[in-house]
Amino acid sequence: MMSAPGTSEKEIWPLWEVFVRASRGISHTHVGSLHAPDATLAVRNARDLYTRRGEGVSVWVVPADAITTSDPDAKGAFFESPAGKNYRHASYYSKSEGVKHL
Amino acid sequence: MTTPAEPYALPAEASVEVSAEEHQFNELIAADSRIEPRDWMPEAYRKTLVRQISQHANSEIIGMQPEANWITRAPSLKRKAILMAKVQDEAGHGLYLYSAAQTLGTSRDEMTDALIAGKARYSSIFNYPSPTWADMGAIGWLVDGAAICNQVPLCRASYGPYGRAMVRICKEESFHQRQGFEILLELMNGTPAQREMAQDAVNRWYWPALQMFGPPDNDSPNSAQSMAWNIKRFSNDELRQRFVGMCVPQAEVLGVTLPDPDLRYNEETKQYDMGEIDWTEFHEVLAGRGPANARRLQRRREAHEEGAWVREAAVAYARKQAVAATAVA
Repeated sequence: MMSAPGTSEKEIWPLWEVFVRASRGISHTHVGSLHAPDATLAVRNARDLYTRRGEGVSVWVVPADAITTSDPDAKGAFFESPAGKNYRHASYYSKSEGVKHL
Repeated sequence: MTTPAEPYALPAEASVEVSAEEHQFNELIAADSRIEPRDWMPEAYRKTLVRQISQHANSEIIGMQPEANWITRAPSLKRKAILMAKVQDEAGHGLYLYSAAQTLGTSRDEMTDALIAGKARYSSIFNYPSPTWADMGAIGWLVDGAAICNQVPLCRASYGPYGRAMVRICKEESFHQRQGFEILLELMNGTPAQREMAQDAVNRWYWPALQMFGPPDNDSPNSAQSMAWNIKRFSNDELRQRFVGMCVPQAEVLGVTLPDPDLRYNEETKQYDMGEIDWTEFHEVLAGRGPANARRLQRRREAHEEGAWVREAAVAYARKQAVAATAVA
């Protein structure tokens, strides 16, 4: 397991990942990262850097080294193959064709 | 730009054993998919990207200076507010790009250090001075216009974080070009002295703007590799040609003359033929001998050094707060 890309212990200000909710009704989406000495300034910097044109109504910041990610090298083993499992999708079931509201 | 040719070439067909990871990388590129930060990538691909993205970020940051020069002297409050918003955007673009480069394993501090030590490049265009208000118009129209021409295809660059940063930048950059065009248009509708000032600015910025696309294709050693990797989508000359094609009708609307006596439409190629670009000047400026190189770098170095105590104090404060929080808990 590893943290988000780009973190470096050598830097004076740590890296934060920024998530913005563009409008009510949709979830926060990752928009990028920034440097800040603490959480308060990270939120302010995120506002100045990523919402200069009304791009969001809410901002989350997360220290990049606090994020745990899956290991991309283990892609094949970690994410189960969907092959042969099309019964997880509605389109697999064809016998009900023509029946309404199904 | 003019860094020496990479000592790497495309692997000769079937002559080398390709690892499984490299095979996957090649497949992704061939499918015009995207490479993401933790994917395996050839060292030369990583190096090319760090160089290109950090040069690009440095250009945004240094590019704040010629315009910041006019904030205090903008002719109206509205113009001052617009100019501040534009300079703030340039800072933002620099930060998006440093973040994108950072995902490749080079920290922003390292990139900043390389810039202020004079070891990293930035676009040659920012080494020209901006002595008149009309320069704000010419920079917006020609310099930002050339930048947009270069940057739109980069939104599809094969490296995910770079492409995403460019999408954001291109959205914001279009306001820059239009506001520059408006400044020139207002001057061209003004007094004879104002018209003269606008024409003078266009005369000074036109050729350096054409140089922003980089050396001609037959003298651009890295281009072929960058295109094979889907970082670059069009050659320097193709983009330059496209830019000139857009400029000519816009110059007519403005009523300014583009300072190229050899510029004329070629019915056969359906393109504009243009005069020779002074590449000696381009290489001189890149080598540090442009009109404002020393001033730009010195200003950047001072800003960094004078801000050091703020960065350190903020960290000390954050540490103290964290210790206090643990003590209470």
